[in-house]
Amino acid sequence: MHSFWEAFAGSFGLVLALDPDLMEIIVLSMQVTLTAVFLACLIGLPLGAATALYRFPGRTLVSVTLNALMGLPPVVVGLFVYLLLSASGPLGPLRLLYTPTAMIIAQMIIVTPIVAALTRQVAEDLNREYAEQFASLGVGPIDRMVSILWDARYGLLTVALAGFGRAVAEVGAVIIVGGNINHVTRVMTTTIALETSKGNLQLALALGLVLLLIAFTVNACVMALRSTAARSAYA
Amino acid sequence: MREFAFDTAQEPFGQRHPDEPAPQLEARNLSFSAGGLQLLDKVDLKIQPGSRTLIVGPNGAGKSLLLRLLHGLLKPSAGEVRWQGNALDANGKRAQAMVFQRPVLLRRSVFANLKFALSVRGTRGTARQQKIERALASAGLGHLANRPARVLSGGEQQRLAVVRALACDPELLFLDEPTANLDPASTAAIEDLILEANGRGVTIVLVTHDQGQARRLGEELVFLQDGQVAEAGPARQVLDTPQSEPARAWHEGRIYLGPNTQPLRARQERAS
Repeated sequence: MHSFWEAFAGSFGLVLALDPDLMEIIVLSMQVTLTAVFLACLIGLPLGAATALYRFPGRTLVSVTLNALMGLPPVVVGLFVYLLLSASGPLGPLRLLYTPTAMIIAQMIIVTPIVAALTRQVAEDLNREYAEQFASLGVGPIDRMVSILWDARYGLLTVALAGFGRAVAEVGAVIIVGGNINHVTRVMTTTIALETSKGNLQLALALGLVLLLIAFTVNACVMALRSTAARSAYA
Repeated sequence: MREFAFDTAQEPFGQRHPDEPAPQLEARNLSFSAGGLQLLDKVDLKIQPGSRTLIVGPNGAGKSLLLRLLHGLLKPSAGEVRWQGNALDANGKRAQAMVFQRPVLLRRSVFANLKFALSVRGTRGTARQQKIERALASAGLGHLANRPARVLSGGEQQRLAVVRALACDPELLFLDEPTANLDPASTAAIEDLILEANGRGVTIVLVTHDQGQARRLGEELVFLQDGQVAEAGPARQVLDTPQSEPARAWHEGRIYLGPNTQPLRARQERAS
């Protein structure tokens, strides 16, 4: 019990002192996760909306696949990306293994199905309401997608948040493709795993606290935005 | 089983004047079935440019369905819809607009709702701006232009839906029970907008439950019962001296169940 409170006190000290090592890890984590979520949204939002709005052959298959991939085990994704990027793999010549880029790719693969599948649901619900009016106005296919995505923007914020939550908490894939190299690919979750196993509970706990704080802050911001939106009946 | 209709001396709707101009919109033998049910059965209909046609009838008679078929939102299972003498195509649809019973408004401002509809129809720049301002003024929504459309009252929302449809300069406007959920003042405002548009030459095709509204707005009236035209003709005539049993029952405020029970009886007979 003694060491528990000691670790706690020490971790607060590290956070409050803005320890440079700690800061480096936090900044890299955020860079990797935000880039991955951004790219996942870039692919997942139109993909999900297209699945909801358009009739095309294989539409059901895409739907089912997206739902199935939502539960993709991160270690499997890590392994897959590792094989792709390893020296003998098809993308080996790019020499991306053990770089932040590799971690972004892995997280993106994990998050994209989540964003796409949830977007499909949101877009489908809204389309049920808008479809006849859009058909009556003669809205073209591209405009339909853009309008649905825009009008669902507050709902989609929650979708992006779900993706962010998954990416920021992810450890299995990034440790495989990033290697947890100090000052290069060490992020919050991999550090927590490493430092805990080393018995350095102070740093591990400090990072855990920061992770919690980030999750809390992001969620609070999104909720505030959504309640503003609800007041305008936009959500 | 369909003979309950109306072997009246009256000729079919739209053929009363032999040398009248070609109809703007025409339904020929229009039928629609779903799930083994014949929801609309061989409806013939002619709508002249600039006219006001009201479609009345009980719930489930196929009024809204007929409107959607005429507007090309649904494909008929048999028969066809003709627009200005040709099969209804995308261009024909763009010359029409529709207002739904529950206004479908985008999750945007009043202004942005109008802007969206006009942009879709290819109106931009100052022309669009002018049309938006005119639409806002005619709906009396100028002071609410920047408000989110979905926080407006029901009457305001429907007014916005009507002027949004009219801002696209349709030649024909469909309205599906536009005042079903509105109070008398809001109803009057909607009816004024409709009559004003009709005065400018916009053809009106309106579904209603409301006998008063049928009297106020109707020129031509089509009475639907069980997916068939029970009676059609000048509104006054159908309302005041109805020839068919369903229309007569409606006129007298009776509840008419006759033909509704017939399919059931027919089924039972077939089963036994």
